[in-house]
Amino acid sequence: MTVFNESWEAVIGLEIHVQLATNSKLFSGASTNFGALPNTQACNIDLALPGVLPVLNEEVLKMAVKLGKALNANINSPTSFARKNYFYPDSPKGYQISQMDKPIVEDGFLDIELEDGTSKRIGVTRAHLEEDAGKSLHEDFEGQSGIDLNRAGTPLIEIVSEPDINSPEEAVAYLKSIHSIIRYLEISDGNMAEGSMRCDANVSVRKIGSDELGTRTETKNVNSFRFVEKAILYEIERQISEIESGNTITQETRLYDSQANTTRPMRTKEYANDYRYFPEPDLLPVVLEDKFIKETLEQMPEMPNEKKLRFVNEYELSEYDSSLLAADKDLANFFEEVTDESKSAKLSANWIMGELSAELNKDNLHILNSKISAKQLGQLIKRIEDSTISGKIAKDVFEKMWSSGDEVDAIIEKEGLQQVTDLSEIESMVDRVINENPDQLKQYLSGKDRLFGFFVGQVMKESQGKANPAQVNEILKEKLKE
Amino acid sequence: MALSDKELNEIAYLARINIDKDSFPALKGELEQILDLFEKLNLAETDEVEAMSHPLNLSQPTRPDEVTEEDQREKLQETAPSVQSGLFLVPKVIEGEN
Repeated sequence: MTVFNESWEAVIGLEIHVQLATNSKLFSGASTNFGALPNTQACNIDLALPGVLPVLNEEVLKMAVKLGKALNANINSPTSFARKNYFYPDSPKGYQISQMDKPIVEDGFLDIELEDGTSKRIGVTRAHLEEDAGKSLHEDFEGQSGIDLNRAGTPLIEIVSEPDINSPEEAVAYLKSIHSIIRYLEISDGNMAEGSMRCDANVSVRKIGSDELGTRTETKNVNSFRFVEKAILYEIERQISEIESGNTITQETRLYDSQANTTRPMRTKEYANDYRYFPEPDLLPVVLEDKFIKETLEQMPEMPNEKKLRFVNEYELSEYDSSLLAADKDLANFFEEVTDESKSAKLSANWIMGELSAELNKDNLHILNSKISAKQLGQLIKRIEDSTISGKIAKDVFEKMWSSGDEVDAIIEKEGLQQVTDLSEIESMVDRVINENPDQLKQYLSGKDRLFGFFVGQVMKESQGKANPAQVNEILKEKLKE
Repeated sequence: MALSDKELNEIAYLARINIDKDSFPALKGELEQILDLFEKLNLAETDEVEAMSHPLNLSQPTRPDEVTEEDQREKLQETAPSVQSGLFLVPKVIEGEN
């Protein structure tokens, strides 16, 4: 939990850059593949050679329309592009084509769920299209910088929130919610480590009850959910301690240093940046026909919130389990496949969020790379349901499946793990245990009820965990009455 | 509308133009005339007029999302002043560091 002083309130807005998963660039037909040799995917348009003109990628419009719908926002038509002027070698044109007055997506909101089960509405001011810059490399060039323009012109959509966020936890919940949406829509891979999703945080603090906003700072360079939480918390605490010791906050851009867990100011400029926005003369206003929007929206998949509700209704899972599963589309699909095989939604959900998640975390694997397939896990659960094995033995089988990749039934067969359900066999084990422990029997009979558990344990041990616990309980109860 | 020396300096900085002190009075006079003209334009009644971001009454055509550009790095770098390992070399510029 956040520990900052109770008389202070944080006011946070996030700007999230999402790299759109197109084949080609926003305004050119060059490839957007990640990891190509430097400048092999930078064509004459990306290089801003004289005489070239940008031509808009239609797919990007579809992606933005879907995002706008998922964010409960208005889609602007016409929407127009603007030039944002700045000098830097990774932007050969001397400007970035972005959107200013008429962003494609405007006035939306997102309801986020917090850990205590409450939900909160975060306003989305706008989401606009823009092109990414190239990359500068500063090492190894003897006082010069090397420029790779492969990324220049890659389509981005920047999602700007209202300053409705009041804690690092809320910021992470909002970010995760956006991440889940873009993955569901398949408009981005959302890989923060590779920079497909980047987050800048505008943070200010004020005394609780105050209507005035404090001076804000913008923290850049935050590339994981955990770092977003840490960077914001650091910035809140820094600002409070500055103000409490009589200093003022400077409006500035700061960089997050994940190794030191601090933020530090970027070089302060003599004059505030003036980007001199003006309408992009090389591009006409974009009109989105009703038919285009309608056809695009028809391709919308089931969204996380809808899926969550369906899980609650169709599988009778709790709200909590449903939202955990629905947050990740691949996880949700995995769950449905497991349930399809096992016919038990509740057990399937428990196994996925328990054993399976633990193993995935241990090996740092995504659900798509799970060593146990959905079908295999479904079969394992089926074997618990039909009493072939106990839940406890199932955990051993699970471990063996994870390391060997063998099928469930093969492991049960090979290791002789079938549950003992033969009543006479269990009865003789119970008799043996009672006879071998006369002292405990005496104590039990004289009123020490707690010892019942001891007998159950001994019988389970005798059966090497293979006895059906329910049957053991029942038989023991009968025998001990005698 | 009067322009201060400070404002003129800022405009020159943003435009990356070096101007010497001697030309200040003349430049200020010219810029002030331009600003006055904009002030006059601002008086025009435009409430009923739809905003226009482009003089042509057309909408932007689009292209399908296909890779159509082949790698032409060698050719494109022929005219570059300095290249190493496929990278364009430029004077060192670092933003974001102290």
